[in-house]
Formats: sequence, structure tokens, C-alpha cells
Amino acid sequence: MAETVSLKPGAALAATAGPPSEPWGRKPRRTLSRRNIMLYGTLLVAALYYLLPLYVMVVTSLKGMPEIRLGNIFSPPVEVTFEPWAKAWATACTGLNCDGLSRGFWNSVRITVPSTLISILVASVNGYALANWKFKGADLFFTILIIGAFIPYQVMIYPIVIVLREMGIYGTLTGLVIVHTIFGMPILTLLFRNYFSSLPEELFKAARIDGAGFWQIYFRIMLPMSLPIFVVAMILQITGIWNDFLFGVVFTRPEYYPMTVQLNNIVNSVQGVKEYNVNMAATLLTGAVPLIVYFVSGRLFVRGIAAGAVKG
Amino acid sequence: MQKSVSIKDLSLSFGAVNVLENLNLDIGEGEFLVLLGSSGCGKSTLLNCIAGLLEPTGGQIFIKDRNVTWEEPKDRGIGMVFQSYALYPQMTVEKNLSFGLQVARMPRAEIDKRVARASEILQIGPLLKRKPSELSGGQRQRVAIGRALVRDVDVFLFDEPLSNLDAKLRSELRVEIKRLHQSLKNTMIYVTHDQIEALTLADRIAIMKSGVIQQLADPNTIYNAPKNMFVAGFIGSPSMNFLRGEIVEKGGKPVFSTNGVDFPLDGYAAGEALPAGRKVVLGVRPEHVKVDEDGAGAKAHQASVDIEEPMGADNLLWLEHAGHTLAVRVAGNRRFAPGTAVSLSFDMGLASLFDAGTEERI
Repeated sequence: MAETVSLKPGAALAATAGPPSEPWGRKPRRTLSRRNIMLYGTLLVAALYYLLPLYVMVVTSLKGMPEIRLGNIFSPPVEVTFEPWAKAWATACTGLNCDGLSRGFWNSVRITVPSTLISILVASVNGYALANWKFKGADLFFTILIIGAFIPYQVMIYPIVIVLREMGIYGTLTGLVIVHTIFGMPILTLLFRNYFSSLPEELFKAARIDGAGFWQIYFRIMLPMSLPIFVVAMILQITGIWNDFLFGVVFTRPEYYPMTVQLNNIVNSVQGVKEYNVNMAATLLTGAVPLIVYFVSGRLFVRGIAAGAVKG
Repeated sequence: MQKSVSIKDLSLSFGAVNVLENLNLDIGEGEFLVLLGSSGCGKSTLLNCIAGLLEPTGGQIFIKDRNVTWEEPKDRGIGMVFQSYALYPQMTVEKNLSFGLQVARMPRAEIDKRVARASEILQIGPLLKRKPSELSGGQRQRVAIGRALVRDVDVFLFDEPLSNLDAKLRSELRVEIKRLHQSLKNTMIYVTHDQIEALTLADRIAIMKSGVIQQLADPNTIYNAPKNMFVAGFIGSPSMNFLRGEIVEKGGKPVFSTNGVDFPLDGYAAGEALPAGRKVVLGVRPEHVKVDEDGAGAKAHQASVDIEEPMGADNLLWLEHAGHTLAVRVAGNRRFAPGTAVSLSFDMGLASLFDAGTEERI
């Protein structure tokens, strides 16, 4: 005991200064050390690098055209105006019609909502069946699905156009929803399969002994335990489908163009003056939906990704 | 004895690997059978086959004389308790207990009655409104047992139910499972790798190795008359002492001789002839070695104490004798300093003799 005491030079001091349980010793300094300046400096530069374009967009979208023509893109707006936002939403022209992004927004909603719901529903059942019910040919089925994930989309566009045409749904929202659902299938099935595989197998066995069938186990045992992975799948699908441009332009007619295509048409229309403020506002509006989804469910997203990553 | 579970020529293979091969096993009504073996011996696989969670590649399973080989788990009249408890995390204890009954569309009143009865037997009444995450390990396992209990099954299957618990809880729940069996008198099949659980709980123990049952007998027989060297070495801690040697003839009687030291086999009931020159292995449990510190015995039977391990009730000695290391269990109050010379003798009536080639009991 005497030896341990002599090993602590501050022990005597601590004994007089306060209760014996108090921590003793020199506290590490939290001042601006060279290391911290480097660290935070780098982080700051990285943050600025990503935030600056956003700042320019927001600022520009709130300026009037005369102010923009002065050319100083970093200066804050002298006269704040929401005119460009209103115009981008309701009256900007895309060549043929002049009702702004609003039409595209609603089209995108009508594409994204059913595509997301259907693809998640089907993929989660797929993943559950692959993970828990080891049916004959399950491995082959899974391999084919995974290969599907690695084939470039562009290869399949023309064949799909033909298939949709033969089915009589080419150019309709239904067709596009089906295409989005199918293309989401490989990655979503993989995601769900891995998540369900990571759940303890004995839970599934216990449910079978309790007499629950395929759907009862799915709805009453598996679903309530899988909220995080459903949020992950939802975010992946919403952002993916909302941001999609290629399928939207290929598989639909102009009256069904999604928001991204509409945005492109507004920004790239050549007649008249380029209205930078309207373009910026339109872009921000289009990007707002995925951004909001991220902010609202970001925490669950991280949890779900981590949960799925434990076992693959 | 009426048969409760009967397994005929059961085989199961995963691809090219045969986990079980032509396994036969009859379990009596109300019997507590323990499947004992180290991991990978096929004991859990066998249990899963009985439960209907794995499909056998050959053979039949009968429960109550009904062929259930291809029946769904729920129709077999079995309840199962898992090592990891496998409670549904999103449901309360009450919901966990009643889930199976709800699935079976049992009337509400009957469900409540059964849940109440199970929670009374297992003393989990105060926990009914809690979620599994708010329970301790022992409480969770009680609920898991309760889930099998409410279903009013013929056969209880336990898959290493106590392995995730700490030592103290394990011995408590072990007693409770035994009490449960005594009051319910159901057939129970219990898989474990813990020989203490096997010896304390079982009416009969089936010791398995590589998918084959090595010996099926009551704990006493398993312990005192192991059928082969695997069973002898598997059961007992520390393991049985094995001495390799051969039979020699001394005065018209067979005598075991190892490294030039003779031990008379008086009292050993051999099932086969013991001709001189036969290579054998003598197995003696640590508590069946007798030691005397005065060294009065024959010079050849002298040994020296290498290490002493006091264990409270017993005292474990490691002796050096004629090139062998022997474990010896003596009473806790008999102390031996390392280096002490002792003379030893074996209680041949309780020893085992194995053929050195086949490793089977003679």
C-alpha cells in the first residue's frame, strides 16, 4: 500500500484539497494547440467548399435580375425578393407551357410515392423469403438478382421501351412506376435480405413453433423489428427516384415529365434572357424534397445502415 | 414404458456432410432425456428435426405413435426453449406468451386462463406487462419456458437453455426445470454440452459424437460403466485417468500391468475373457484412487504428489506414478504437500477396462 501511495505525487495534495474520491492530476489542456488549428482549419475549409455553392444559389435566388447583372455573386441581396421562387414554381416557361415547376413536382410525387411503396413492399418480402425460408433455388434466384444490380441501366433502356410499348403502357406514369420498381429490386432485396439474416434465427424458429405462417411471421414478428431498414430503403428510393432524369425523359410523355426533367427544360430554355435567379430557385425547389427527407430521417438512416452492415 | 417420441433410422445431410446417420432413439412417456455432446456432434440438429425446423433426408419421427416426419412444427405437439431465449422483442411478456395461442385462434378467456396458470407456475406474474428488454437473463428464460408451457404440449424441447446464464442462475434454473418436470411429468428432451446439467437432470443421457449416439443409459450407468473411452473421458471432471497397459497372468488370475507395475483386477467384472498379452486401457475416476501417505504399500505403487488443488469440499491431487500423471480426489481435509510420497491403489470394482484397439469397454 505504501508503494502505491508513493507512486502518486499528487496524492498528498489531493488529500488536503478535496474529498479523496476527486480525480487528481494535471488536466489535459484544451487550448488552441497547433494540432487543433490544423484539424479545425481543414474541417472548416471542407465545410466551406460544400456550403459555398449552396450559399451562392440561395443568395442569387433572392436577388432581382438588375442586381445579378452587377456580377458580384457572393454579395448578399440588397433587396430581398421572393419573386424568382414564385416564378420558378408557377409561371416559368419550358418552351411549350408556362406553368413552372409545379406540374413537374406533382408528377414526381405521383411517380415517387407508388414506386417507393411498391418496391419496398416487394423487396422486403423478397428479402424475408430469401433470408428465412430457404426454398429450392433460393441461391440461384439471389445470384441472378445480384447480377442484375451490376448491369448498367443504359443497356436495358431500349428493350424496356419495347416491352412497355407491347404492354400498351409506354409513356404513362404506370409504366415509369413499374420501371422504377424493377430497377430498385436488386439493391433493396440485398438490403432487406442482409438485415433479416442479421436478426436472430431462433426468433423465426420460435414463431414457427408458435404456429405462425409465412405472412404472420412477416407482419407480426419481422416488420416491427425492422423500422430502421425500412427507413433506409425509403430514403434510398425517394432520393433515387426523385433525382432520376434518364428514365423520366425516356419512358414518359411531356405532360408526365418529372420535376428533374422540368427543371432541365426551364434552365436550358434558350429564348430570351437567362434568368439566373429563377434557375437557382427552381434548382433549390427540386432539391428540397430529398434534402428534407434526409434531415427528418437522417438519424434512423445511420442506424439502419449500421444494423445492416453487421452481417452480410 | 410407453413411447412418447420415437426416431427411426433418421438421417440428415447438409450437401455432402452427413450430420446424422441412421439414428434410432426411443423416448418414454414422461421421460427426461438429455442429449449430451460437444459442439458439432449433431445434438441440436437432432432436436431441430424433432421440432420440425429441419427436414430430415431419411427416416421417420413419431410423436405419440403418430408419424410427424413431414408435419409442421405447430402440429407436432411440441414446445421449444432456445438458448438465446428468442422472445419477440416488440411484444410484452404477456403477448409473448399468448402469441402462439392467438395464432391458433383460441378464445380470449382460454388464453387468459393459460397465461395466468403459466405465469403462476413460473412466478412471472409481476413481469407480464414488461418488454423482454426490461428483463434479466433468468427472467427471460422463464418467459421462454412459459411460452412452451401455455401451449400445453406433449413434449418439451430445450436447446441449451441455460448456456447464456451465469453460473449461479444456471444452477437455480436447473433446479427449477427439474421441479417443473417433476410436477408436469411431460416428456422433455434437453440438449446441452454441460455434463453437470446432464447428470443432474436426466432420466437417461444420450451421449453423441459425430452424429452417432455413443451410449444411451441412466446417469449412474454412464458415469460408472461407460461403454467406451469417449464416454468415459467426456463425463467427469477432471477426466477419468487412463492407463495403457496389458494383461499378464499372475497366479492363475489376470493382472493389469503398466510400465512394469502390476495392479490386480480383483473385483472387476469383465464381460469378456482377459487372456494374457491383451492390450488394454484401465480407466479409473479420480475419486476411485486410494492414497495412503504412510507409504505402507508395495514399493511399485509409490507415487509422489506433484500439485495439490484444494477445492473446498474436495482436494484434487496430481500424482506422478510410473510415467503416468494421475488425478486423485480426496476429502477436503486431507492435505498433501507437494513432493509427499504416497502409496496408491485402485478401487477395481468401480474401474473400467477398455480394449486398447476398439476403445470399447471389456
